[in-house]
Amino acid sequence: MRKVGIAASGLTEFSKNDLPIDTLMLSAVKSLFDESQNLSQKDIDVVITSTNDNNKYLANIISELSGISPKSAHAIESLCNSGTSGIVSAYSYVASGLADSVLVIGAEKSNNPGLVLEWDKSRGQYTHPIYWSSMFTNAHMRKYGTTLEDIAYVSAKNHRNAINNPYAFFKKEFTIDEIMKSKPLTENLRLYDCSMPCDGAAAVLVSAENTIKKFTDSPVWISGIGQKSISAGFTKNEELTSMSSVIQSASSACQMAKKTISDIDVAELHDAFGICEIIELEDLGFAPKGKGSTYVKNLYDTDDKKINPRGGLIGSGHPLGATGIAQTIEIFQQLQGKANKRQVEGAKTGLVQNMSAAATSSTVLILES
Amino acid sequence: MNKFEQELKNNNFVCTFCTHCNKLVWPISDFCNQCFGMAIWKKVNRTAKLIEFSRKDGEIFCISEFEDGLRIMGNIINAPNLQIGQSLNLVKCDYENGHAVFILEPIY
Ligand SMILES: [Zn+2]
Repeated sequence: MRKVGIAASGLTEFSKNDLPIDTLMLSAVKSLFDESQNLSQKDIDVVITSTNDNNKYLANIISELSGISPKSAHAIESLCNSGTSGIVSAYSYVASGLADSVLVIGAEKSNNPGLVLEWDKSRGQYTHPIYWSSMFTNAHMRKYGTTLEDIAYVSAKNHRNAINNPYAFFKKEFTIDEIMKSKPLTENLRLYDCSMPCDGAAAVLVSAENTIKKFTDSPVWISGIGQKSISAGFTKNEELTSMSSVIQSASSACQMAKKTISDIDVAELHDAFGICEIIELEDLGFAPKGKGSTYVKNLYDTDDKKINPRGGLIGSGHPLGATGIAQTIEIFQQLQGKANKRQVEGAKTGLVQNMSAAATSSTVLILES
Repeated sequence: MNKFEQELKNNNFVCTFCTHCNKLVWPISDFCNQCFGMAIWKKVNRTAKLIEFSRKDGEIFCISEFEDGLRIMGNIINAPNLQIGQSLNLVKCDYENGHAVFILEPIY
């Protein structure tokens, strides 16, 4: 298999706006072209869109609007995990030799139909994601003594990191007290513990080692990929204090990249809710089981940006189809040394963890400079 | 409306069942997810085990586990105290606004 890397990226601001999905996607493509050297429409063999939007034929529409006539153009949908699923598909095209360069564009509207999985009848009347989040939270609190204050540190840290992300939905620091006193949604979940669905788009150019140098002097290689789908329905999660799909996808990704978690300098984790980041830190192996919250508090106290330097989903906002791509762009910029005030000094190896529907499926990517 | 939903409306909790594998097929499906044999309908035993719970506006919501590991989210009533793993009884089920409704009560 050929080496595959990320050559270029483009983002729009994450916000609430009235822009249609195709305009959002095109804005991210324009941003990518503006920031790339020597990139022409003719270089792009495949266009992939990742979104939960109901509009059809978007990959072909964006291709036409961008002046690209690709060999293949199609959409990828996997709820919140759509973005990295698009990148994994792009990797497969390039590694196999079917394409040299693939443009992946993720976008979402805040009112998209991917927020609630109506198919999952096992959730009964408790279809909204706040209910599964509360189940994970209570289970973790009971087993490990995690407190609501511990969970508030995730939000405080990620909001503080988001201040230095020009594309973030929130650009405001919140104190632990403000988070703990924000609107209660359930007995163990407050408004500021949650990521905000919003409008936004993100794009990356994935390219083969023999073509990538044309577009960038500092490519970032995709060296590890792991994915796992446990189920579609939330109640098939056997264990509520960990996320099986995260453990299994991380194991595959590390094996492929021949890395361990101790090699990771910077990571983007899927903090749909505060408790998610704590469990993911434990499941990925950054912290022992039950010590994820101690790890987060230490990051906060030392202003260490190693985990979610762009502000995570909680600080940056969560436009479902764009999220996994925006996470990947953050690690791309970190490993290029171009993350400005968010930069983790000397970062050479990074990790992206993106997931869907109460961790029923997950992707882990390992990137290297 | 399918049979699952219709039966819920009549306060009956039914699920698809594979006679070949001798197990419930959940979520409901035309075919068994193990052998792909035709599934039939079977009444589910209404006793469940409490897996996890939390509250919203004083209302208790939970994950409860029925026979064959069938798990659903439901609402618990008349519960002054609750312990994980304790027995629950499905007192009422329904189907409203496109969602299954399960109301459970602790068995003390
Ligand atoms: Zn069977």
